[in-house]
Amino acid sequence: MLSQVESHLRSDRFPHIWCPGCGNGIVLSALVRAIEELGYDPDKTVVVSGIGCSSRAAGYLDFNTLHTTHGRALAFATGIKLARPELDVFVLMGDGDATAIGGNHFIHAARRNIDLTAIIFNNSIYGMTGGQYSPLTPPGKRATTAPYGNIERSFDIAELAKGAGATYVARATTYHATMLEKLIVAGARNKGFSVIEAITACPVGYGRRNKMGNGLQMLLWQKEQAVTVKQAEKMSPEELQDKIIIGELYRGEAPEYTAMYEEIIARTKGKNQ
Amino acid sequence: MSDVVEMARLMQGNEAVVEGALAAGVRFFAGYPITPSTEIAELMAERLPGLGGKFIQMEDEIASMAAVIGASLAGVKALTATSGPGFSLKQENIGYAAMAEIPCVIVNVQRWGPSTGIPTAPAQGDVMQARWGTHGDHPVIVLCPASVREAYMLAIRAVNLSEKYRVPVILLMDEVIGHMRERVILPRAGEVEVIERKKPAVEPKDYYPYRPGDDGVPPMANFGDGYRYHVTGLVHDEKGNPTTDPQVAENLILRLHRKIYDHLDDVITVEGYQLEDAEVVVVAYGAVARSAKRAVKDARAAGIKAGLFRPVTIWPFPEKEVAELARQARAVIVAEMNLGQLKGEVERAVQGRVRVTGVNRLNGELITFDEILSAIKEVTTDAQSG
Ligand SMILES: Cc1ncc(C[n+]2csc(CCOP(=O)(O)OP(=O)(O)O)c2C)c(N)n1
Ligand code: SF4
Ligand SMILES: [Mg+2]
Repeated sequence: MLSQVESHLRSDRFPHIWCPGCGNGIVLSALVRAIEELGYDPDKTVVVSGIGCSSRAAGYLDFNTLHTTHGRALAFATGIKLARPELDVFVLMGDGDATAIGGNHFIHAARRNIDLTAIIFNNSIYGMTGGQYSPLTPPGKRATTAPYGNIERSFDIAELAKGAGATYVARATTYHATMLEKLIVAGARNKGFSVIEAITACPVGYGRRNKMGNGLQMLLWQKEQAVTVKQAEKMSPEELQDKIIIGELYRGEAPEYTAMYEEIIARTKGKNQ
Repeated sequence: MSDVVEMARLMQGNEAVVEGALAAGVRFFAGYPITPSTEIAELMAERLPGLGGKFIQMEDEIASMAAVIGASLAGVKALTATSGPGFSLKQENIGYAAMAEIPCVIVNVQRWGPSTGIPTAPAQGDVMQARWGTHGDHPVIVLCPASVREAYMLAIRAVNLSEKYRVPVILLMDEVIGHMRERVILPRAGEVEVIERKKPAVEPKDYYPYRPGDDGVPPMANFGDGYRYHVTGLVHDEKGNPTTDPQVAENLILRLHRKIYDHLDDVITVEGYQLEDAEVVVVAYGAVARSAKRAVKDARAAGIKAGLFRPVTIWPFPEKEVAELARQARAVIVAEMNLGQLKGEVERAVQGRVRVTGVNRLNGELITFDEILSAIKEVTTDAQSG
C-alpha cells in the first residue's frame, strides 16, 4: 500500500515544508490512498489548492496540480471542471482559505452543486501567516490577533455546506485517517459538490498558544473529542457540546451543474448561429 | 467555420467583441454583470452553448477571473469582460495569469471613476490600472479599439497574442465604443488568422512546463492531456516547482518581460493619419481618436499641418514611434478622457524635445473635435509667436 501511495507523490519535492507534528501530511496521505482506491487516471485527475500551509499539499502530488490564490481555489476549479467535465477535480483548502476570504466561492460552489470534491484542512487557525484567528477558531481560544481570547463565534463548516446546497458533507479527524480516506472516496463518488472537513493539528500556530501540547497530544485530543454520527444520535445537545461529530453527515439530491450545462449544449448546438 | 459572422450588419461595439472572440476560438466566458460591459456577458450566454462552449456567471469578478484561468489551463480559450470596479477586483488573479503564464483575455469597457462614479459615462481612467493594476512587475499587453470594426479585429488579436505569448491581454475599451452602433463588414470565415498556443513537442517525462523556447515562451500542455505538472503563482523553476532562489526569481521575471519586449514589432500596432509632414501631432486613442481625426481634418482645411498618431497597442507603450514623431513635430497634443495618464508616457518618450500639452475632460462626456481643434490652433499660434 505504501508504495502505491508513493507512486502518486512527487518524491523529489521532499522534505516537505510542514512543521514537526503538523497534521497536513496525514490528510495528504489519506487523499492519495483515496485516489488510489477510486482508481482514477492520474492524467485526468486535477488537484487545485488555495494559499496556506495546507494548500502546499498540491505541489507534492503527481497529478495535474494548481496552487492558486488565497481563497479562490474553488473558482479556479469551477473553470476547469466546466471547461472539461471529464476531469476529476479535488480542491484542497485551509479553514481560512475556504471560509473567510473564500467563503463566497464556497457557498456558491455548493449552491451550484458542481461536481468538485472539496477537502478543508481545519486546523482552527491561520497557520501559514503565524497563528491569527480564523472563522474556525473556537470562541475563547487565543491567537496572535486574539491575544485576550477570540470573541467571534465560529462557523460549522458542515452546516454551512449543507445549508448552501452541497450534496455530500462529511467530517473526520487526522486521528481517524482511515475514516477520512473512506469519506474522501465517497465524496468523490458523489456526482455533485462534496465537502469533507478534516480536523487537523497545527501545534505551532494554534496548539502551543492554547496549551494543547505537541502534535501527538493534539491527535489524542482529537480521539477524545470525536464521536461518530451513530454515537451522537444517542447524546443530548449538552453532551455534544465541544464534541466533534465524525462520519458521513449529510447526503442530498440535486442536479449537478456541468451536467445541466451539457443539456443546454445539447439543446442549442448548431442552432442560434 | 459557420460560426463566424460574415455579412455587413449594424453592430454594437460590445457585440463586435463577442463575435471577434468567438471567431478567434474563445469557447469559455466567466463574468459578473457591470455597466457598460454587460452586453458582452449576455451575448456570450446566448452564443456559447450553441458552439459547444461554456458560459458561467460567477459570484463576483474575482471568481470570474479565476474561472477563466482554470478553463484556459484546461485547454479552452477563455475571456472575461468587466468595467472599472470589476477590473479592480480582477487584478490579483490577472497577476496570477501573468506569473503562471496562462493565456486569457480581459475586456474592460471603461467607465467614469473612481468608485461607482458614473456607471454609464465614458472615461479613460484605467490606462494605468491596465498596466500596473496588480502588484509586482508584470508584463501585460493592452489594446485599445476606436471603432466597432476594430473592436472585432482587436478581440481576435487579443486572443491570438495571449495564446502566442502566454500572457493576459487586456482589451481596453471605453463606453462610447462599447455602446456605439456602426455598420460593419467583417472578414469572411477563414480570412482571420487564428493562433493556437504552442504545444510541447516532447514526451511527458521530458516536459519542463516553464522551459522557454527560443521566443522566450514555454510550450504549454493543457491539464488532462497527459502532462502532469505543477502550476503556482509562487516563483518557480522550469519544472514549475516553487523556489525562493534569487537567481531563479530574477531570471523568471526578466524572461516574462523579455518574451513581450523582444517582440515589440509584433505586439505594437499604431495608426497614423496625415503624419508625413505634420507639425502638430495629436495623440489620441479609443473614442477620443475619432474626435481627434475630425479635428486634424479641419485643421488641415485651415492650413495647419496637423496629424494624428493613434496607439492601438497602448501597452507596451509605442515609445520608439512617439520618439520618432518628436523629431519632426513642433508640438504634441495628447487628448484623453482622464487627467493625463498617457500624456506622461508621451512626455517620457519625447524627452523634452517638444512641448506636450493635454486636452483632458473628466465630466463624463466625450472630448469633442472642436476642443481638440482649438488646442491645435493654440499651439500653432504659440509656435509662430514663440
Ligand atoms: C489576498 C491574500 N490575503 C492574505 C494572504 C496571506 N495569507 C496567506 S495564507 C493565509 C491564511 C492561511 O490560513 P488557512 O487558510 O487556514 O490555511 P493554513 O495555513 O492554516 O493551512 C493568509 C492570511 C494572502 N496570501 N493573500
Ligand atoms: S504552521 Fe501549523 S499548519 Fe503550518 S506547517 Fe506548521 S504546524 Fe502545520
Ligand atoms: Mg488553517
